[in-house]
Amino acid sequence: MESYSKRKRECPSSPESTQPSSFPDEVLERVLALLTSHKDRSSVSLVCKDWYNAERWSRTRVFIGNCYSVSPEILARRFPNIRCVILKGKPRFSDFNLVPHNWGADIHAWLVAFANNYPFLEELRLKRMAVNDESLEFLALNFPNFKVLSLLSCDGFSTDGLAAITTHCKNLTELDIHENGVEDRSGNWLSCFPESFTSLEVLNYANLSSEVNFDALERLVSRCKSLKVLKVNKSISLEQLQRLLVRAPQLVELGTGTFVQELTPRQCAELESAFNNCKNIHTLSGLWEATVLHLPALYPACSNLTFLNLSYAALQSGELAKLLAHCPRLQRLWVLDTVEDKGLEAVGSNCPLLEELRVFPADPFDEEIIHGVTEAGFLAVSFGCRRLHYVLYFCRQMTNAAVATIVQNCPDFTHFRLCIMNPGQPDYLTNEPMDEAFGAVVRTCTKLQRLSVSGLLTDLTFEYIGNYAKNLEVLSVAFAGSSDWGMQCVLGGCSKLRKLEIRDCPFGNLALLSGLEKYESMRSLWMSACKLTMSGCRRLAREMPRLNVEVMKEDGSDDGHADKVYVYRTVAGPRRDAPPSVLTL
Amino acid sequence: MMEAHKPDREMSASGSVSTVSREDNLVVSSEDSSSPDDSELELGLELSLGGGGFKQQATSGGHYARILTAKDFPSVVSSSSSLSSSSSSLSKTNHVTAGTKRSADSVAAAANATSQVVGWPPIRNSRINCTVVNQAKSIANEEYNSVIEKNKRKNTVLEKITNSCNNGGNAKGRTSLFVKVNMDGIPIGRKVDLNAHSCYETLAQTLEDMFHRPTTTVNAFRSSLQEHDIRVEATRPSKLLDGTSDFVLTYEDKEGDWMLVGDVPWGMFLISVKRLRIMRTSEANGLAPRLQESSWRQRNKPV
Repeated sequence: MESYSKRKRECPSSPESTQPSSFPDEVLERVLALLTSHKDRSSVSLVCKDWYNAERWSRTRVFIGNCYSVSPEILARRFPNIRCVILKGKPRFSDFNLVPHNWGADIHAWLVAFANNYPFLEELRLKRMAVNDESLEFLALNFPNFKVLSLLSCDGFSTDGLAAITTHCKNLTELDIHENGVEDRSGNWLSCFPESFTSLEVLNYANLSSEVNFDALERLVSRCKSLKVLKVNKSISLEQLQRLLVRAPQLVELGTGTFVQELTPRQCAELESAFNNCKNIHTLSGLWEATVLHLPALYPACSNLTFLNLSYAALQSGELAKLLAHCPRLQRLWVLDTVEDKGLEAVGSNCPLLEELRVFPADPFDEEIIHGVTEAGFLAVSFGCRRLHYVLYFCRQMTNAAVATIVQNCPDFTHFRLCIMNPGQPDYLTNEPMDEAFGAVVRTCTKLQRLSVSGLLTDLTFEYIGNYAKNLEVLSVAFAGSSDWGMQCVLGGCSKLRKLEIRDCPFGNLALLSGLEKYESMRSLWMSACKLTMSGCRRLAREMPRLNVEVMKEDGSDDGHADKVYVYRTVAGPRRDAPPSVLTL
Repeated sequence: MMEAHKPDREMSASGSVSTVSREDNLVVSSEDSSSPDDSELELGLELSLGGGGFKQQATSGGHYARILTAKDFPSVVSSSSSLSSSSSSLSKTNHVTAGTKRSADSVAAAANATSQVVGWPPIRNSRINCTVVNQAKSIANEEYNSVIEKNKRKNTVLEKITNSCNNGGNAKGRTSLFVKVNMDGIPIGRKVDLNAHSCYETLAQTLEDMFHRPTTTVNAFRSSLQEHDIRVEATRPSKLLDGTSDFVLTYEDKEGDWMLVGDVPWGMFLISVKRLRIMRTSEANGLAPRLQESSWRQRNKPV
C-alpha cells in the first residue's frame, strides 16, 4: 500500500464504542486494507466507530451503483484515500432508448471533486454515464497517476476526447471504450500515444468504426510488452491482424477485426502460424463476418479458450460445430441465433464445462424471419452443459415444458434471462401463459439472483417469484402481469431484491405504494408505461423523503399520468441537475 | 394514453399493445415516404413458427401480440383508401399487433422509428448496428430450396459455397444473399436471393414473376438493354395491380442512397445492395432524367 495522506484524527470517543479498540488503529487499517469486497467493507464499517474509521481510511476502491445515491462531496468526506472509482449512472433501460437523452449522470462534477480530493486517482470505471470531451480532457490533465479508464455504455464524447487521454496520460495501462455512444470522428486518437509510451496492458476499441493508423498501432503493440488485452475494431484486416499477433504472442484476450479477406495460401499459413504462437489466449471476440474459409486459422489458439464471443459473427451451425470442437475448455459462449438449434446442439455436445451462454438475435426486428433458435436449442444445451448457470436467450418461441426440463437439467442458474421476442406470446404448443415456465425456474433454481421474464404472463408468475425467489436481486419485467397483485407479490416476497425494472405492465399506484418500506432497501425501481399517476408518485415521495422519485413525462401524454418513473434511495437529496422533462417530486 | 402522432410509443398504459398510429403503420402509400419499408406493414404470409405460434384468440384478459396475417385484411389491395378502411376495422378488434416491421437501419434512431415498441427487444444500439451489416449475409434460407453451385464472382472478395437442401433440410450454405424487395403499392414484401443470379436480366425476370408485373418497364437498365425499354409483354393477366403506372427497379446501397439498378457491374452491385424497391417511375425523379421522358411515352401508349 502506498503511504496515506496525512490525516487528522477524528474524535475518538463516542457513545457507540463501548470498549476501546484492542488494536492500534494502524494495525486495524492494515488488516482492513486487505479486504477487497465492497460488501465486506460495508459490513465492517458498521461494527463500531473505530472500525468505521479504520475502514474509511483504508478503503481505496469504491463502487457506487447509482451516481445519484451519494454526492461527490459526501464521498470525499468519508473516504479520503480513494484510488479507484466505479460509477454507474443511468437506469439500465437507457440502453434501449427509454430514458431521455439529457437525463443526467454527468461525470464532470465528480471529476472536479476528485481533482480536489483524490489527485492521485488511478482508475475510473464508468457505466451509463454522460461523458463529454471536456471531461475527458479534464481527466487527462488533472490526474498524473491516472492508469485505467473503462467506459461502458457511456455517451456524449467523441474520439477527440480519447485523443486527450492518449496524449496526456503517461501512465495509462488500460483504455477500454467498447460499447459506447462515441462520435467517431477519426482514428487519430491512437496515434497520439507518444513513442515513449510503453505501459499499456489493455486496449479495447472494438466498437469504434474509424480506421486507426495501422503503423502507429503496430508500433504501439510492439513496444508495450505488457499488453495482455487487445481488441481492435472492424477496420483491421486479417493481414493486419497477423502482423499484430506476431508482435504480441503474449496476449491473453484478443478481439480480432474483420475476419474475412482474400488471402494467398502463404498469407493463410502465416495467419495460422501466428495464432499457433498465441497459446495464452483465453478470450476471443470480434470475428466480424467470419466464415468457414478463415475460421480454421483460429483453431490452434483455441485450446485454452474459456470465453468465445461470436456475437458479431453470423455463423451457421456447421461452422460453429467445427470451431467448438477445438474449444474443449469453453466456459462462456456468446453467439448469434444464426447458428440455430443445430448449432446449439453442437454446443451441448462439445462444451461440457460451459457455464454461460448468450444467444443474441441476428435480426430482431424482422418478423419474417422464421428461424433463429427455439426451445429445442436451449434444451439441447441444458442436456449437454450441466454447469450452465448464466443464460441470456432471445428466441421466438418457447414452451413451459421445455423450461421446466431445462432447469431440471441445470438447477444452478444464478442468471436466467429469457426474451421471447414477441411481447406477450404464450406457450406456442399449449397456448397457455408462460407462468409455469418461470414458476419452474424460481422453484428449482434456489440460487437465482437475476431474472428477466417474457411471454404471456399473468399474476401467477409473480406469485411464484414472490414465494420462491428468495435470493433474487434483479428482476426485469416487460408486457406481463394482470393486476397490481403481481407486483405486490414481488415486493412482498423477494427480500433480497435490489433492482426492479418494469415496462408496459398493468401495475398502478396500489402496487407502487405497497413497496413503501421496501424501496429504501433497494437500489432502484423503474416503471414505464404502467398505470402510475402523478398523485401516486407524489404520495410516495411525501412518505419516503429518503427516496428520490423522478417522473419523466412524454410530450402529449395527459397530465395525471406518470409515464416513466424512477425511484431510488439516496443520501444526497434531490438532484439539482435534472433537465426540465424530469420532475423530482 | 399515447397519442396517435407518436408512432414510436404505441404501448398503452394497460399493457396491451394497440395500433395507435394506424395511419403511419398501415397506409401503403409510397408517396409519403422515401424509405417505404419504414411505413409499410410487411406481412410474412409464410410464417409458421413450428406449429402455429400465432394462432390465438383474444381470450378474456389475454392481451398478447401477434403478427397480422392476410386474413386480417378484408382484401389485399394497393389503394390506400381501402387499406384505411380495413385498418379501422382492425382497430375495432381487440387483437393486438406486434411489431410493424421496422427497418433495421432506423433502429439506431429509435425515437424516430415507426416501430410500435421502443426499446424492444431489449438489445443495445451497438449490437443493432452490427446486425444491420450482417443482415444480408447471414439470413439462412430454409424456407427456400437452393441448389449446389460454386459461385465465383469476379468483383467480390468472398467465395461462397452453397449446399443443396431439401424442404426443411438442415444443410445450410452461406452463399444465399437474400434481400428484401418491395414494390410500390404492394404491402407484402418479398425476398429474393441475389446469389441465385449472375446478371441483371435474370434478376429482373424473377422479380417480374414474383410480382406478376407483365407490364413492368425496367427502364433502369442501361447499355446493352437500352433497346429493351419496353419489355415484351407476356400475356399474363395482372392479378393484383391493374392499370398502375410503370415501374423502375432501384436499390438501396450501404450508404443509404437509393440508386437505379444496372449502373454498376453485377459483382459491385452485390456488395453494395441492401434491399430493392420496384418504384413507380413517377417517384424516381432525380434518379435518371430520361425516365420522365419514357414514362411519358408509356402513358401515351395505347393500352
